[in-house]
Amino acid sequence: MRRAPVLTFTKNGIYCPAGDFYIDPWRPVERALITHGHADHARSGHRRYLATDLAGPVMQHRLGKIDLDAVKYGQTRQIGDATVSFHPAGHVPGSAQIKVEVSGEIWVVSGDYKTENDGLSDPFEPVACHSFITECTFGMPVFDWQPQAAVMAQINDWWANNAAEGRTSVLGAYALGKAQRLLVHLNPDIGPILSHTAIAKTNDILDRQSILTNNSIQVTANLDVKNLPGALVLAPPSALGSAWLRRFGPVSEAVVSGWMRLRGVRRRRNAERGFVLSDHADWKGLLQAVRATGAENIYTTHGYTDVFSRYLNEIGYHAQTVKTEFTGETLEQDQAP
Amino acid sequence: MKTFTALFAQLDETTKTSYKISYLSNYFQVADPMDKLWTIALFSGRRPKRAVTTTQLRQWAAERANIPLWLFEDCYRVVGDLAEALALILPPAQQTSDRSLSDWIVWLRALHALPSDQRKPQIISAWDQLPVQQCFLFNKLITGGFRIGVSQRLMTRALAQATGQDAATLAHRLMGNWTPDTTTWAELIESDSPATDLSRPYPFYLANGLEARGNHTLETGPDVDVDQEADPAAAQLGPCQDWRAEWKWDGIRGQIILRDGNVFVWSRGEELITDRFPEFTKLASLLPDSTVLDGELLAWKSGRPMPFNALQKRIGRKTVPKKLRDDAPVILMAYDLLEHQGRDIRLQPYDQRRAHLTTLFATLPDTCPLRLSQGLDFKTWGDLASMRAGARAAGTEGVMIKRHDSAYGVGRKKGDWWKWKLDPLTIDAVMIYAQAGHGRRATLYSDFTFALWQGEDLVPFTKAYSGLTDAELAEISKWVRKNTLQRFGPVRQVTPHHVFEIAFEGLHESPRHKSGVALRFPRMRRWRHDKVVRQANTLDDLKEMLSRYG
Ligand SMILES: [Zn+2]
Ligand SMILES: [Zn+2]
Repeated sequence: MRRAPVLTFTKNGIYCPAGDFYIDPWRPVERALITHGHADHARSGHRRYLATDLAGPVMQHRLGKIDLDAVKYGQTRQIGDATVSFHPAGHVPGSAQIKVEVSGEIWVVSGDYKTENDGLSDPFEPVACHSFITECTFGMPVFDWQPQAAVMAQINDWWANNAAEGRTSVLGAYALGKAQRLLVHLNPDIGPILSHTAIAKTNDILDRQSILTNNSIQVTANLDVKNLPGALVLAPPSALGSAWLRRFGPVSEAVVSGWMRLRGVRRRRNAERGFVLSDHADWKGLLQAVRATGAENIYTTHGYTDVFSRYLNEIGYHAQTVKTEFTGETLEQDQAP
Repeated sequence: MKTFTALFAQLDETTKTSYKISYLSNYFQVADPMDKLWTIALFSGRRPKRAVTTTQLRQWAAERANIPLWLFEDCYRVVGDLAEALALILPPAQQTSDRSLSDWIVWLRALHALPSDQRKPQIISAWDQLPVQQCFLFNKLITGGFRIGVSQRLMTRALAQATGQDAATLAHRLMGNWTPDTTTWAELIESDSPATDLSRPYPFYLANGLEARGNHTLETGPDVDVDQEADPAAAQLGPCQDWRAEWKWDGIRGQIILRDGNVFVWSRGEELITDRFPEFTKLASLLPDSTVLDGELLAWKSGRPMPFNALQKRIGRKTVPKKLRDDAPVILMAYDLLEHQGRDIRLQPYDQRRAHLTTLFATLPDTCPLRLSQGLDFKTWGDLASMRAGARAAGTEGVMIKRHDSAYGVGRKKGDWWKWKLDPLTIDAVMIYAQAGHGRRATLYSDFTFALWQGEDLVPFTKAYSGLTDAELAEISKWVRKNTLQRFGPVRQVTPHHVFEIAFEGLHESPRHKSGVALRFPRMRRWRHDKVVRQANTLDDLKEMLSRYG
């Protein structure tokens, strides 16, 4: 007799029949296991939520009052006939890969992940499994990241140079993950770091969780920015080029994203600088992660899914593309996670 | 290569013209003369002769990066630029090199002397010592096409700033047939009397588009709100006595040069295209020497222009078979005279240049492949508006309006020459396929195929890429992802749901198209949220347009 698969792909999202739950579903369901707090993975309207204790506070901040149960990394939970556990994905603080085991067969849902240790999130841990459901936002060999330290040095140089020329530096970065990664690694000796309200809220939450020390100043209506020469402002990408920036006087704007690897995208964004830094794995990272799971079956969910599966098939995996509603790293405002 | 790469990065990172000019001007003051000359050459579309093919580059780079060729091709499709795609997939450089831009060019040229099987290890060794930005530019030296928003005009302004010379003079010097092999920086830019290049054309003077009031093209007060019919757009230009008008011809802008018994034909893209238009060789015996004409190249039969695609057959071929010449003979519709009896007369007033031009034409035989673009006779702007309304019937795309005393300027300088084009033709069509864009639009769906109704079927009839705002593109991309019916490689078939107004400049019969009709300059003009698919136009509607305007 053929066993039912551990996870199936339904119109609501990734579903586990043995435990009757969904992982990162995009339509309201009874029970949702959530990999991390980005909007394309953690949506509102589910009756019960399960996530890591580290991801919980941000989810509550973003989704309001939800029925949330939390687990620690590595801790197992029995749900129906399935055993589940959450493992670090290295994507943003609290982000997890979800491991589901039914009668000895193991599937892992990667959520979003990166393989480089960013010094903020718990670093990615490979989880051995039979089937691996992976994102591949940057599943093309043109995406090849430099080490984080090198990129931070470029940003520090750019910031110091702007400060010397009397301009405020504005960095467009996601409110959850990217912004805090910058906050932790940029050199505070160059000048004060300011945060847009959307980012400052997240900083405070992570500060209360002791994940970081929020040494940035929130930009409020009565903040006297004239007294803060040489400042660097962390803002959501949608704030770039907007009227909100006028208060800072002359500015230099830059976008921090994996997409900045492509000159064409950088030019379309009209930002003066683009720094190539992503919370998603690059091509080599994806291949390394797939290899490390030891899985034979690979399902690709979002990003360059067709290309990545085709390549995996050529190098000996059973890979296929799954249609989902995850968006990955995006520069389009209506989809910002 | 480092200095040139630094310049490139500076230019690439700003959109402000004043910054670009100062970066370029600094570079022109400090860089090595040979590097400067090559920089001008590269930015104006010249490049060293290719020693390896782009197919070879793709294969070698895929091999070096240890990826299959199909994967490289997919990368290229996303990146949108071959030189960049190559640089991005190659492994990071292990060594560095101190070669300058012109050193690398000399190095590239030396490849020609090598047997072809020895070129591959050479190219790979170059890749291995160039960091990603330099590698990108090195690849550009081979593939050509430095598009970084440095127009000829911007470059001449920077050169003027760096050398203290007059920008218009420099613009003229940079025109024509030179290459870094036939001249030097000193001769091209600095010498008082540059060695005369017989074929050297004048910079083209370009008109600006005239738009109805309320649009932002002309500075008008915020309180202007007038009926377009009663008060045509041209009325903004002041008393109509000060202006002259001609048809706006839809061909290829060209300059014909007669000097020392030679005939040269230049396109606006600064390409010497004499060979493609053998009709004009006989001009040497029909017109006085030292004459330069500006006009429009047109395929012309029975006293009127043929559709643009008749002319298009000439482009892209080296020789012109007799059949093509008979089927679609080409003329120059002349509208200006730039050099007369050996003198540059560009600064004379328009009326005076036209008088010389008219005299020149008085004695030409009918068999001469030249026509004079006739002035349109109008007493009021209203007269001209009604003539413009008849432009399509006259086989033209609108009218040109030129100030009576205007000099022949350089580039697109606002104020004296205007083009007042016809409103485009439009049709409402259904989107049926979408394809992800590349380069600037790599993260969006931006290439679409549209269809019209034929009974119960939707027949594809055109593609369109432009016309939507970034916000609209983001919205439609999101929709495409969720409404894909089927995938064919990079192309997605989507649910027929959205109606778009497609605007185009003209149409002609085309057996190569499923619909039997091809459009000129199709683009998306409006997203018709107010229409359901059933309300889109039919193929019969398009055929009706073909019989009226084709
Ligand atoms: Zn995410
Ligand atoms: Zn995601």
